[in-house]
Amino acid sequence: MLLKIEKRPESSHSMVYVTPILALLLTVLTGIVLFKILGVDPIEALKNFFIVPINNQYGATELLVKATPLILCAIGLSVGFRANVWNIGAEGQLTLGAIFGGGVFIYFHDVDSVFLLPIMIVMGAIGGALWGAIPAFLKTRFNANEILTSLMLVYVALLLLSLLVHGSWKDPDGYNFPESRIFSDSATMPILLEGTRLHFGTILALLAALGTWFMLGKTLVGFQIKVIGAAPKAGSYAGFSQKKIVWFCLLFGGAMAGIAGVSEVAGPVGQLLPSISPGYGFTAIIVAFLGRLHPVGIIFAGLLMALTYLGGETAQINLGLPVAVTGVFQGMILFYLLACDVLVNYRFRLARFGKAAS
Amino acid sequence: MNGFEWFIPVILTVITAATPLVFAGIGELVTEKSGVLNLGIEGMMIVGAVAAFITATLTGNYLLAVVVAALSGAFMAFLFGILTLSLMANQVATGLALTLFGIGLSALIGQDFVGEPVQAIAKLNIGGLSDLPVIGPILFGQDPLVYLSFLMVFLVSWFLFKTKAGLILRAVGDSHDAAHSIGYSVIGIRYAAVMFGGAMSGIGGAYLSLAYTPMWAENMTAGRGWIALALIVFATWKPGLVLVGAYMFGGITILQLHAQAAGLDIPSQILSMLPYLATIVVLVVISKDESRIRKHAPACIGKIFHPAA
Amino acid sequence: MKLKMIASMLGTAAVAGTMLVSGVASAEEKVGFVYVGPVGDHGWTYRHDLGRQAVEKALGDKVKTTFVESVKEGPDSERVIRQLAADGHKIIYTTSFGFMNPTLKVAKQFPNVKFEHATGYKRGENVSTYSARFYEGRYVVGKIAGKMTKTNIIGYVGSFPIPEVIRGINAVALAAKSVNPNIQIKVTWVNTWYDPGKEGDAAKALIDQGADIILQHTDSPAPLQVAESRGVWAVGQASDMGHFAPKAQLTAIIDNWDGYYVERTKAALDGTWKSQDIWGGFKSGMVQLAPYNSAIPADVVKLAEETRAAITDGSLKPFAGPFNKQDGSEAVAAGSELDDGVLLGMDWYVEGVQGKLPK
Repeated sequence: MLLKIEKRPESSHSMVYVTPILALLLTVLTGIVLFKILGVDPIEALKNFFIVPINNQYGATELLVKATPLILCAIGLSVGFRANVWNIGAEGQLTLGAIFGGGVFIYFHDVDSVFLLPIMIVMGAIGGALWGAIPAFLKTRFNANEILTSLMLVYVALLLLSLLVHGSWKDPDGYNFPESRIFSDSATMPILLEGTRLHFGTILALLAALGTWFMLGKTLVGFQIKVIGAAPKAGSYAGFSQKKIVWFCLLFGGAMAGIAGVSEVAGPVGQLLPSISPGYGFTAIIVAFLGRLHPVGIIFAGLLMALTYLGGETAQINLGLPVAVTGVFQGMILFYLLACDVLVNYRFRLARFGKAAS
Repeated sequence: MNGFEWFIPVILTVITAATPLVFAGIGELVTEKSGVLNLGIEGMMIVGAVAAFITATLTGNYLLAVVVAALSGAFMAFLFGILTLSLMANQVATGLALTLFGIGLSALIGQDFVGEPVQAIAKLNIGGLSDLPVIGPILFGQDPLVYLSFLMVFLVSWFLFKTKAGLILRAVGDSHDAAHSIGYSVIGIRYAAVMFGGAMSGIGGAYLSLAYTPMWAENMTAGRGWIALALIVFATWKPGLVLVGAYMFGGITILQLHAQAAGLDIPSQILSMLPYLATIVVLVVISKDESRIRKHAPACIGKIFHPAA
Repeated sequence: MKLKMIASMLGTAAVAGTMLVSGVASAEEKVGFVYVGPVGDHGWTYRHDLGRQAVEKALGDKVKTTFVESVKEGPDSERVIRQLAADGHKIIYTTSFGFMNPTLKVAKQFPNVKFEHATGYKRGENVSTYSARFYEGRYVVGKIAGKMTKTNIIGYVGSFPIPEVIRGINAVALAAKSVNPNIQIKVTWVNTWYDPGKEGDAAKALIDQGADIILQHTDSPAPLQVAESRGVWAVGQASDMGHFAPKAQLTAIIDNWDGYYVERTKAALDGTWKSQDIWGGFKSGMVQLAPYNSAIPADVVKLAEETRAAITDGSLKPFAGPFNKQDGSEAVAAGSELDDGVLLGMDWYVEGVQGKLPK
C-alpha cells in the first residue's frame, strides 16, 4: 500500500477552514512533546503561548498592535505575489515610509495642526511607494530582477535611517543619542481605546484589507493581476500590459509597507529610532502566504503570527523558556500550517503497489 | 610599502569574506536550477555553523565537522523538501519559516558552546610554494575550504552543463511537466538538488564558525544567507558568476572598511551602502540582454509540481 | 555526555539536558530584567545576565528573577516592560539605552514598581538610571597602547558613532598621546553591535593600514581572534576574552553590574530604594580590567596600575585639560575638565583621531 496525493477536481471549500484547525492540533501535539523534552509542563507552556498573552483586554489590544504592521505589509505584498512580482523588500519600503512620514514631523515639529498626521501618513505611503518604484523601474526598463533589487534596497534603507537618526535628525535635547524628538500629540496616531496602545493604524490595516478585497474582486486591475498571475501568456494575449502590472504591484506594496512604517513611528514607537522594525517586512512574506494571499486570510495569519511573538515573551516571563524556543516553536507552527494547506487542493489516497504511478 | 604588497592581505581578507557566500550561493544555484526556490539559506547556514562548531569542539576532527555541517544543512533542506516537494507547500513561505526555525534551533543546541573558542581550520602550507612572494599566500596558503569552494563551482558548472544528469536537472527546472512525461522523477531530482543546496549552505556555515571567525555565537550568520540568495540572481544562474559576485560583494565590503580606516570623509553608513548599491548597478548592466537571462533562468522556479497537474 | 551532545546537534531530544527552567514562585519577590540581545551574545547582555545571577546568589530564596532576552528596541520593549510590571515584579532593570522612553512610559503607569534604566538620561520618581564610566578603563588601555605600539597607529573597531563610543575613542586618544605624542587613531564603523565576520574584517582592514593594536567597541571576540592570528595586540570588550586570544589580549575592559544589581535589589526589597543617577567607574567596581598580558613590560604595567589607582581615588580625571579637539581648537583649558553633561553628549573627536564623524 502506498500513500498517494491526488489533485482534487476543484479546491475543497471545507478544507479551507479545516486545515488551519488540523495544523493547530498537530502543533499542540508536537508542542506537548517539545515542551516535555524541555522539561516544561506542556499544558502550561501552550497556555502561555496561546492564551495568557490575550486573556485580558490589554493583551488583546497588544495583539492588534503587533499584528497591524504585519497585516499592512502582507496585504501589499500579496497583490504582487498574485501577479508573480517578487517584492521581498517590504522591510526597506516600511523604513522609507517611516523616514518620509517621520520626516514631516522632524521638519514641522512645532506645527500643531490636525493636518499634520494625515500628511505624515500620505508621505509615508509616498515614501514606501518611491522605494518600491526603484525595483519597478529597474525591472521594467532594464529587466533587473526585483528579488535582488528590492532585497538590496532593504539594507540601503536601514543605513539611510541610521544615517539620519545618528546625524541631523537626532533630538537636539537628546545628548546626541541616536533618537529623534518624541512625536507631538498632533503627530501621533490617535488611541482607539483609552489605557491601551491600540491606535488608528489598526483601522488603516483593516481598511487596506477591505480595499484590497474590493480591488481584487471588482476592479479591472484586480482582474488583470489575477489573470497575469494565473497565466502570464493569457494576460498578454488579452492585451494586459505586464509592465503596468509590475509598476502597480510594487507601488502598491511599497505604499502599504510605507503606511505600516509611519503607523509604527507615529504609533507605538513615538519617535524615529535607528531600527524601527524587528523584521516585519520579512515576516509579512510568511503572513501573506499563510493567509493564502487573501485579504481576510492575511488578517487571521497576521494575528496568529503576532500571537506567537507575544506568546514567546510570555513564555520567557512566566516559564523562563529562552527566546530560541520561540523560534523553534514558530517554525513548527508555520511548517504545519503550510503543509496542511495541501489538503485544500489535493487529497490523500491509498494506492496499491503495482498500479502505474499516475 | 612597494608595489603589490599592500593588497595581498586585502585579497586574503576578501577571500575569507567571500567564501561562505560562494558555498551557500553555489548550493542554492543548483536548487534553483532544478526549479525550487529555497529562501531558507540563512537557516541552513546557521545550523551548519553550530553543528560544525560543536563537532569540532567535541572531537577535534575538522573533516568530520565539515561533514556533519553538510549533513545538518542537508537535513534542514530535507525538511524543506518534505513540505514543498511532497506536500506542495508554498516555497517562499516555507523557506522563510525554515530560517526562523534554524535560527531558533541553532541557538537552542548551541547554548552550552557560547564563549568557547576553537582552533581555526589550519591553512595549507606547501613548503616553498606557500612562501612565494605575492602569489604564495594567495594561491597556496588558504585553508582547505577555500579550495573546496572553487572546486565546487567548477564541479557544479561541469555537472550542470557537461553531464547528462545536469541536463536532466536543468530540464526539470525548465519544464517539469515535459521532464516528467519523458519519465524522469521530478520530485526525486528536486529532493537531491534541494539537499545538495542545504549541504553547501551547511558548509558555508561551517566556514563561518571554523575559519572566518572560529567561534559560535547566536545568529552569527548575520544575514549572509540573504546575500547568497541575491548573488544567484546577480549571477543570472551561472556558476562562474556566483564566484564573481561573491568576490565583488566581499571586495567592496572590505574596501569600504579600508576607506574608513584611511580617514575618508564620507559617513560610514553611506560607505556601507556601497556593496548593495554596486550589486544593483551591476545587475542592471548585465540584465539588459533579456534573452540571455531567459536562457539561464529556470522557467519553473518556485512553481509547484504535481504529476497529475 | 559526549554522545548526548552529538545527538543534540541533530536537534533531537537531547536538548533537554541543556535546559534549566526555574520552579514555581512562592512568597519571594520578583525581579525583572529586559535584555536587548540574547544572553548568549558573550558581550553586553551576557554581562547583565551575570549580574542577574549574582542577585539570585546573594539574595537566595528572597527573590525570583525573570529575564526576557532579545527584546527589540521600539514597541516590543514597552509591552515586555509593562507585562513584567503588571506581573508583580518589584524592580525591573531595563538594560539598553533604547528602552529609555518605554521604561518611562510604563513607570508612570506603575508608580509602585521600581525601574532601573541603563545608560539613559531621563529619570522619574520610580526610575533610576545607571551607567558605567567605561572611558576610565579605556584611558588606562590608552596608556598601555601608547607604550606598546611600534607603528604608532591604534585601530579602533566602532559600532555606531554615539557619545558612549566616541567618549571611549577620545579617552584612548588622550591617554595614548600623553605617553606617545605621535599616536594616530584610525576608526572604522561597522554599523552593528554584533556581526563577528564584519568586526573581524574591520580589524583586518585596520591592521593592513598599519595598526598594531586593535581596540573595539563591538560585542564579539572576532577582532581579538584576528589580532591573535595576525600577531598584533588587542583589548577585550565587556568580558575577559583572553581565552579567545591568549597571546594578543593586553587586558580587557570588563563590565561588572553584579554589585550594583545586588545593592539596588536589596534596597527595593527593604524599602530604602530612591531614584538616583549613578555613573560608576573603577571606584564602584562597575568597570574592571582583566589581568594584564605577561608580555607587557613591568614599567608599562606600573604605569597602568598607577593610572588606574589615580583614576580610582579621583586624583586623575581622564578628560582634564588642556587638550584640543580634532581640528586643533581648544577643547578644555588647563586646570579645568569636561563636566558630565558634555561627556554624556560627546560628539566630537580629540586631536589624534583620524576621520570625520557624521553630522
